[in-house]
Amino acid sequence: MQDKDVIICRCEDLSREDVRKLIAAGYTTVEEIKRISRCGMGPCQGRTCLQLLAREIAAMTGKEIADIEPGKTRPPAKGVKLGALARGREEHE
Amino acid sequence: MVTTQLLVVGGGPGGLAAANAAASLGIEVLLVDEGLQLGGQLVKQTHKFFGSREHHAGVRGIDIPDLLMQHQGKITVLSNTAVIGCYEDKVLTAVTGEDKYFKIRPEAVVFATGASEKFLAFPGNDLPGVYGAGAVQTLMNQYGVLPGKSVLMVGAGNIGIIVSYQLLQAGIPVRAVVEAAPNIGAYLVHASKIARAGVPILTRHTIVEASGTNAVESAVIARLDDDWQVIPGSEREIEVDVVCLAVGLSPVLDLLRQVGCKTKYVPELGGEVPLRDSQLKTSIDWIFVAGDAAGVEEASAAMVEGRLAGAAAAAQLGADKGEAANVCAQCQASLDALRRGPVGAKIRAGIAKLEGDAANA
Repeated sequence: MQDKDVIICRCEDLSREDVRKLIAAGYTTVEEIKRISRCGMGPCQGRTCLQLLAREIAAMTGKEIADIEPGKTRPPAKGVKLGALARGREEHE
Repeated sequence: MVTTQLLVVGGGPGGLAAANAAASLGIEVLLVDEGLQLGGQLVKQTHKFFGSREHHAGVRGIDIPDLLMQHQGKITVLSNTAVIGCYEDKVLTAVTGEDKYFKIRPEAVVFATGASEKFLAFPGNDLPGVYGAGAVQTLMNQYGVLPGKSVLMVGAGNIGIIVSYQLLQAGIPVRAVVEAAPNIGAYLVHASKIARAGVPILTRHTIVEASGTNAVESAVIARLDDDWQVIPGSEREIEVDVVCLAVGLSPVLDLLRQVGCKTKYVPELGGEVPLRDSQLKTSIDWIFVAGDAAGVEEASAAMVEGRLAGAAAAAQLGADKGEAANVCAQCQASLDALRRGPVGAKIRAGIAKLEGDAANA
């Protein structure tokens, strides 16, 4: 079984090996790993990967899953074209 | 800026029931749904529901949305529209199709945003041929497309077992159903159907690996010990081109979390779930939840929760208090009935964990 063949974040193509290296290097929260690797920032916005990431953090730090902070959630909840955002603004002025 | 009394986000069983309940109590409702067709997961449920008549027993899931849209009130439906932002000042942002971005200002919101499928970490888990059970249902039941030639099903809960049965109906052999837990989670009446058709249901088993050059060609399964560890030497390879994952769902809470609704980790309800009171109001006064977003259960409960949240929101927005209270009481009795007995034990335990905190929410 090879950790590089286990995909944690499909959108950003991060393997279990990648994630474990980050945790070993001291990035031990969802928020930190998201910022340094983009895990959870692709089209699915973390719906697939963030729970797997939390499990990896729990396994390597000895914490309970319940104690792993899920990380921040910000708008927009899905990708929006910049043009749509710009036109939306015009309508409201 | 679009204004409305009640905004319902999500047009699945929970959202449709919420819209119906609030509109029937005289509240103006805007129902926003991401799909092209209302119904959420109901549009894939070709099987008949069971239980009691009150919960649409005997009706196929695909026919339920039409029933839920029968009402005397005012519901404006916006399909193909995703709500993408929710802010503290009661402004939400949404986008219709890819191009029309706009704001909505409601007086209250019911979030019925459903659930997303859990994924598993194993070598080969991103090979083409590894599907979520929802995707397999969409392909087969909505579009009439077969997902492959032979299947390994991972998970023996209701979804895993029902999708296995639907695969058999479509003529696709299911080589095995593996389930990590010691027991089958699905209703045994369904599990015995596929067992009679010759599909082995292997409890205390898991998928170890999927392999193939460009797509899944085989999968390795193995037995687990009581500590959920693979028993060395128990691995065996089976030839399949589809690995279908039905390993549970988690509430979709991104909008609730954007605006700061309090949540708690309750594994019995699918993971992180919003704190809410007995009428499904969250920690924010103008926000209610219903259906799987409030804690993963099933469609019958989602419809009752939707009705409850819709009526509770309506009461807050000035509907007849007595009438709304009647609907709420009926719904609470109905939910108690659905969650009675051993089948509801897990849900009851999960909700008990939430209730302690809801008082402080």
